[in-house]
Amino acid sequence: MSFLEASAPDYLPLAQMRQLQLARLRAVAARAYQNVHLYRTRMDEHGLGPESLCDPSDLGRFPFTTKADLRDTYPFGLFASPMSEVVRLHASSGTTGKPIVVAYTREDLEVWTNVMVRALAACGLTRGDVVQNAYGYGLFTGGLGAHYGAEALGATVIPISGGNTDRQIMVLRDFRVTAICCTPSYFIHLVERAAELGVSIRDLPLRAGIFGAEPWTDSMRRHIQAEGGIQAFDIYGLSEIVGPGVAIECSCQDGLHIFEDHFYPEIVDPESGEPVPDGAEGELVLTTLSKQAMPMIRYRTRDITRLIASPCGCGRTLRRMARISRRSDDMFIIRGVNVFPSQIEAALLEVEGTLPHYQIILTRQKGLDAMEVQVEVTPEFFSDKVGALEGLHARLADALDHILGLRVSVRLVEPHTIQRSEGKAKRVIDRRES
Amino acid sequence: MKIHQLSLFLENSPGKAVEPCRLLARAGVNIRTLTLADTQQFGILRMIVSDWEKGRKLLQEAGYVVNETEVVAVEVDDRPGGLASLLETLEPSGVNIEYMYAFTFGREDRAIMIFRFDRPDVAIEHLRAAGVNVLPDVEL
Repeated sequence: MSFLEASAPDYLPLAQMRQLQLARLRAVAARAYQNVHLYRTRMDEHGLGPESLCDPSDLGRFPFTTKADLRDTYPFGLFASPMSEVVRLHASSGTTGKPIVVAYTREDLEVWTNVMVRALAACGLTRGDVVQNAYGYGLFTGGLGAHYGAEALGATVIPISGGNTDRQIMVLRDFRVTAICCTPSYFIHLVERAAELGVSIRDLPLRAGIFGAEPWTDSMRRHIQAEGGIQAFDIYGLSEIVGPGVAIECSCQDGLHIFEDHFYPEIVDPESGEPVPDGAEGELVLTTLSKQAMPMIRYRTRDITRLIASPCGCGRTLRRMARISRRSDDMFIIRGVNVFPSQIEAALLEVEGTLPHYQIILTRQKGLDAMEVQVEVTPEFFSDKVGALEGLHARLADALDHILGLRVSVRLVEPHTIQRSEGKAKRVIDRRES
Repeated sequence: MKIHQLSLFLENSPGKAVEPCRLLARAGVNIRTLTLADTQQFGILRMIVSDWEKGRKLLQEAGYVVNETEVVAVEVDDRPGGLASLLETLEPSGVNIEYMYAFTFGREDRAIMIFRFDRPDVAIEHLRAAGVNVLPDVEL
């Protein structure tokens, strides 16, 4: 088997990997204890310290770190390096109040680039590939993370950033791009728009898409692969941990390999915080093993997945996580019923076969919660006959009723009326006053 | 002898119908006739335009979902009983009319009916056999 030198840790024997993880866990706990007030206080409260770690599983005794901790210590409270060693800051878009700020030392950036190189290599990218990086450049980690990884791999990088879809299509075609990085929903939009302009993405040299920053489904993958004529890979990451490059799919497209030499995964019950049995679904909790500027100990990602320990066809020994099915904080409650956007997607897919653009609007009318699902009419389902559209409308309403056990209203809307996001798709608009 | 009708999906709210008309007007595409089928939620704007291929391209590029349907345009006497006798000639054929709409178009004593049939070819055959004038695109 031939692979990049950088990818060597992907194939580390299990025992060696656990040994490496333990050594790094101790180092990161020590660094956090010495340099970060919040970690020191919490470890002291629990009578824990770096010496409490005799096995990676001992990590389970340590308290969690949450997004709220990052907000409470805004902006620099969790930094473990002096500013003189911090060479980069990123910040996440805060949906409520303050953003969260993350920091990198030079070594941190090297680690990030290293995992991104390994991620892109796992997707079959190599020197000579032309990579159109349509993740947003700026405070968002997606743009620069993918950029430096692709560059270090030796690929040709086009730092086009997000937005301006018509120009994206022109570049895709004229620069003979072979791989694209963006969110899956944006790529679907791009293929749609290209068709309107008479460009068939399928007939271009493009062969791979590295899609992340939002949860997506296997049927979206089938749609993307068929319409785009490409292989679509799921990449996972979050700013709090490093940015993109925490985990990646390989050519087997059966779960995402976690770069375990830098990020230690656990799965816990999202309610109780207790570890779930091996292979069971729960919330992903990550601990950084080499971060200097901002170590994260047992960070609650809110992403729901499970770990796959069985060997992968690609030969990597890195454990895999299943594709993120949903986020525990995506859930909303309507008339007492828990609803995940992924359930709405399942209903729409059942009727239309591919996922149309949709949006969920929550309102409160006379004290009663109401939910409207707006669905864009697609060329496949549009008809000049009223009866055909009314039939579609009824089938959508029935499928939602069936899956949710809840009657919700469905509205067919014109194409392109639901706002396309260049980053993460915004699926739920909650207009209920709290 | 079938002609091309363009259909657009429109949401049922004020101002929605004017945008596509304006778009076609600016490009010099003339709307020969149109009809709007409406429900409480949405409408379907059906149009016969002077250049359907150009019209379709324009509308699609502007982001509309455009459906193209083959319909049949037929001359009918603009007098009491004109439509009734036309429909009678179709009766034995068993074809179903999905919908229809009419316009008069500078033809003095004649009107033009647009039909959406379930089986347009059968309908055309019967109309022709009865001596009804089925119009090609160019005459509209």
